Amino acid sequence: MSHNLLGTARCIFQRDLLLAWRKPADVATPLAFFVIVTSLFPLGVGPEPQVLSRLAPGVLWVAALLASMLSLGRLFAADHADGTLEQLALSPHPLTPLILVKVAAHWVTSGLLLVVLSPLLAMQLNLSGHAMVTLAITLLLGTPVLSLLGSVGAALTLGVRGGGVLLSLLVLPLYTPILIFGAGAVTASASGLDTQAYFSLLGAFLLLALGFTPWATAAALRISLD
Amino acid sequence: MTWHTFFAMGGYADYVWSAYGFATVVLLWNIASAVHRRRAVMKMLRELALAEQTPKESAAQHYVH
Amino acid sequence: MYKYASPKNFYALAGRLVPWLGTITLLLFVFGLYLGLYVAPPDYQQGDSYRIMFIHVPAAWMSMFVYVLMAGAGLVGLVWNIKLADMLATASAPIGASLTLMALVTGSLWGKPTWGTYWVWDARLTSELFLFFLYLGFIALQAAIDDPRRSARAGAVLALVGVVDIPIIHFSVIWWNTLHQPASIGSLGKIIAPTIYPTMLHPLLIMSLAFFLFFFTVVLIRMRGEILARERHTGWVMQIVRSDANAPEARP
Repeated sequence: MSHNLLGTARCIFQRDLLLAWRKPADVATPLAFFVIVTSLFPLGVGPEPQVLSRLAPGVLWVAALLASMLSLGRLFAADHADGTLEQLALSPHPLTPLILVKVAAHWVTSGLLLVVLSPLLAMQLNLSGHAMVTLAITLLLGTPVLSLLGSVGAALTLGVRGGGVLLSLLVLPLYTPILIFGAGAVTASASGLDTQAYFSLLGAFLLLALGFTPWATAAALRISLD
Repeated sequence: MTWHTFFAMGGYADYVWSAYGFATVVLLWNIASAVHRRRAVMKMLRELALAEQTPKESAAQHYVH
Repeated sequence: MYKYASPKNFYALAGRLVPWLGTITLLLFVFGLYLGLYVAPPDYQQGDSYRIMFIHVPAAWMSMFVYVLMAGAGLVGLVWNIKLADMLATASAPIGASLTLMALVTGSLWGKPTWGTYWVWDARLTSELFLFFLYLGFIALQAAIDDPRRSARAGAVLALVGVVDIPIIHFSVIWWNTLHQPASIGSLGKIIAPTIYPTMLHPLLIMSLAFFLFFFTVVLIRMRGEILARERHTGWVMQIVRSDANAPEARP
C-alpha cells in the first residue's frame, strides 16, 4: 500500500467495512444485546406506560452505552492477532489519522446501527414522537464520542489478561458526561423543553474527542505493540 | 468541658467518631501496606541472594515475579 | 538537584526524609485534631457534626490533587522516560484511591445528620464516586500488565485521558444535579461556605497540611519499595540486601 495518506485511509475504511460485512454475527451481537437489555426493563419495573416513558431516556442511553462498550472488543483485536496493526504502526503514514479512520469504520458498524434501531425500542418504552427524534439525534452525536473514548481503552487493554472486564472498568466512568447530556436531552424533550443546549454540548464533546482521543489511542497502541 | 461532653459531640457522637475512626483505619492501612510492601520486596531479594550463594537451589527463580 | 533523579540516590534521600516527614505529619495531626475537636466551637446550625469537615474536606482535596499529580508524573515518565516519575505515579494510586474512599465514607457519615440519609446524589459526592472508579481503573490496568515499563506507560495514558475528563465529569454532574435536586437540599459546599470562621478555618488548614505531608511520607515509603523491586539486578541494591541481611528488622 504505497498510496498517499488519503488513499491508505480509504483502503482501511473499505477493508474494515468489508470485514464487518463478512462477519455479520460480530456486528449483530451488540445490537441484540441493546434490544434484549431494553426489553428486560418492563419486566423489572412493570408495564405501566407512564413509568416506562419516565424511565425510557435513561434505560435506552445506559443500554446504548453498554452495547457500544461491548462492541469495542473487535476494534483492534483481530488486527492485533494477524499483525495488521504492526504494519499500520510501521507504515510511512502517521498513525493518528489512520486510527481515526478505523474508529470511524467501527462506529458505522456499531454506533450508527444503534441510532437506526433506537426508534423501535423508544416505541416499545412508550416514548413520544418528539422525544424519539431527540433520542436519535443525541445518539448520533454521542455514540461517536463513546467509540472514540472507547478506542483508548481498547488499545490499552490489547492482549492484556482479563481485557474485557478491565475495559469496562476503564471506559464506563469516562462515559458519564455523554450519558448525562444524552439522557438529559431526551428527558427534556419528553417534557416539552428546549434541547438546543444539550445538542451544542454533545457537539462540543464530539469535537473535543475528535481532537484529543486519536492521539491517546495511537500512543496506547504503540505501547501495546512495544 | 468534661470528657463526657467531649465524647458526646453534642449528640452527633456516632457520626463524628465513625468518620474519625474510618479515617484512622485508612491512614494506618496506608502506612502498614507501604511498609509491608518494602519489607516483602526486601525479603524476596534476600532469599534470592541466598539462593545464588548456594547454586543447587536455583528453584528460587520463581520468586522473580 | 539532578543528583537525586537517580534511583540509588533517591532511595537514600527518601530513607532520610521519611522519619522527619512522618514526625512533622504526626505533630500536625495532633495539633489539628486538638484545634478541630476541642478548641473550635460547635456550629450554630449543624452542632458538632460539622467537625467531620476537618477530615472530609482535606481527603477530598487530596484525592483530586493526587490524581493530577499521578497524571503529571505519568506524562513526565512517558515523555522523558524517567523511571522515578513512573514509580511516583504507581505509588500514588493506592494512596489516592484510599483517600477518595475516605472522602466518600466521611461525606456519607456527615450527610446522615445533615440530609437525614447516608447517600444523596450530591454533585460533590457523585464526582468523588466517579473519581474513585477512575482510580480503580488505573490500579486494575497496571496490575493486569506484568511488564513494568508497559504497565507504567499504559497507566500514564489512562491517567492523562482521565485528568482531561475529570473537569468535564464534574461539570456534567453539577449540571445534572441542579436539574434534579429538590430545592430543600443544599450541597455540602453551600453549607460550609457561609459559616467558615477562623476558629474553624485554622484546624481545616492544619489538617489539610497534615494530609498533604502524610501523602508524601507514605508515597516515599512506597517508592522505596518500588525502587528495590525494579532495580533488583543492580549492584547497589544487592549491596543493600546483603547489609540488610545482618539487620532483618531494619527501619521502613
